[in-house]
Amino acid sequence: MNIVVLVKQVPDTATRIKIASGGTEIERQGVNFVVNPYDEFAIEEALRLREQHQGQVTVLTVGDEKSEEALRTALAMGADEAVRVSAAATDSMTTARAIASVVHGLAPDLVIAGKQAVDDDEGQVGSLVAALLDWPQVTVVTKLELKDGTGVAEREVEGGVEIVDFSLPAVITAQKGLNEPRYASLPGIMKAKRKEIRQVSVDAKTVGEPTLRTLSLQLPPERSAGKILSGMDASSAAKELVRLLHEEAKLI
Amino acid sequence: MILAVLEAEGGALKKISFELLTAAARADEALSSGGVTALLIGPGAAAAASSVPAATAREVLCAEGVAFEHYAPQAYAQAVLAASEAASAKAIVFGATSYGRDLAPRVAAALSAGLLMDVTDLFAHEGGLAARRPVYAGKAIAQEHALGERAVAAVRPNAFAARSQGGAAAPARALAVEVEAQNVRAKVREVRRETGGRPELSEAEVIVSGGRGLKEPANFVLVEQLADALGAAVGATRAVVDAGWRPHHEQVGQTGKTVSPGLYVAVGISGAVQHIAGMSSSRTIVAINRDGEAPIFKLADYGIVGDALEVLPELTREVGRLKG
Repeated sequence: MNIVVLVKQVPDTATRIKIASGGTEIERQGVNFVVNPYDEFAIEEALRLREQHQGQVTVLTVGDEKSEEALRTALAMGADEAVRVSAAATDSMTTARAIASVVHGLAPDLVIAGKQAVDDDEGQVGSLVAALLDWPQVTVVTKLELKDGTGVAEREVEGGVEIVDFSLPAVITAQKGLNEPRYASLPGIMKAKRKEIRQVSVDAKTVGEPTLRTLSLQLPPERSAGKILSGMDASSAAKELVRLLHEEAKLI
Repeated sequence: MILAVLEAEGGALKKISFELLTAAARADEALSSGGVTALLIGPGAAAAASSVPAATAREVLCAEGVAFEHYAPQAYAQAVLAASEAASAKAIVFGATSYGRDLAPRVAAALSAGLLMDVTDLFAHEGGLAARRPVYAGKAIAQEHALGERAVAAVRPNAFAARSQGGAAAPARALAVEVEAQNVRAKVREVRRETGGRPELSEAEVIVSGGRGLKEPANFVLVEQLADALGAAVGATRAVVDAGWRPHHEQVGQTGKTVSPGLYVAVGISGAVQHIAGMSSSRTIVAINRDGEAPIFKLADYGIVGDALEVLPELTREVGRLKG
């Protein structure tokens, strides 16, 4: 069972976003970058599957040298190999093309990614890679079992769970709840520091033309001050709030 | 033409479908594309098609049959591509639901088209389609332009006003789609329902969410009672989900769901950055918290500084009295 895990380095979820001077990106200065939280579930699931079925876990990211930190974190958790893909990818489609070309060469049984990156919130790279490779996909997975070249996954949908049968090779995207990601051990961290990260360049022809361009990035409008009731007993405060919601906001 | 990929269940259109028709009309206006064609895939497609108003779509294409009996991304993508071809679609619009989010990328990949995901508005830009979409779970808003001949968009639930229902139905016809079974290698076997009768979080008009201020898991029943009085969905913070008080599918925030209901009631929630990210686009926010300095009050349109455990039963009683 050879598994490729797609990881992305993103700003910590506690980050307060500032817009950089160009108006299309965030200010990266002073931001703490971490492994995308959903990718941690993907890494953990791959490690557990390796424990059950043997094989190798390769973590892969598309990015610059700084993004190697995310790969080191995955190596410290227990991944066997790491690949950093250099490509002129500017959107999800070009990123997915670069990933698909490298994954094609690695020919794994399974690709696992986080269900979305918490920066651009697109959640499309996993499915795009599956489509480009003509592989099946199961997204937003909360439970996964593999056996003899096939799998059963549970995926979270509105108000329920879908149980999906699929065959390998396939792309899975991980949702919170799939597992509890382990912390990297100290020996794991020491070992990860010495591991070589393989660099792969994907040429411009393979990456192709981008399909999206960011026109602008703005902070959301500030909300104006509200009516806050304080110093009232619970009963009068509740009566007044319901009155305001009914008569003023006309919501109930 | 704009292709609107509608959603139905048990032969009835879902609420997102009427929102999608508004979004499709917006895209049609932006691209002067000559109208909207709707598509329904799966069992009950033809039945659901009869409630697509003629005012919203020129035609409804229905893909039914054994290949579409259960959701299968590869087969469904084939149907969308066939419909897109039949309608000469300039843009394809999905709901940013578990269905649309899963399916849209496969269609976008096949067309090499830009996929505008989870959009809250659509507009024209340099002859193409562009969109506003929240990023960083709503901490910032991006405007993105889909380059190339065709665009794909997935629209966020509750972001577009629903088109009015009723009136004459749009004409419907069956769409023939060739699907080879060996090309379908992932398929839904069954669906397990888990809402307990409450509305689903990402589609709900009203949400009541609880956090640490409820002190212990058993007190969440007070949140549920208010939610039921309001006909609301129940949400939770990451802190209480991680503590095992509530299931993850109720989590609102950057590693949970991003929601935009008409009314969001935050109970015993201080307002951590990652929680606020997931709910700050709600139209009206109500906060109930013991600490008057809590960041959630900076966002709130209405609030009560007080003990959630005392205020909640009173609120539930008042709402019940009002609704009679």
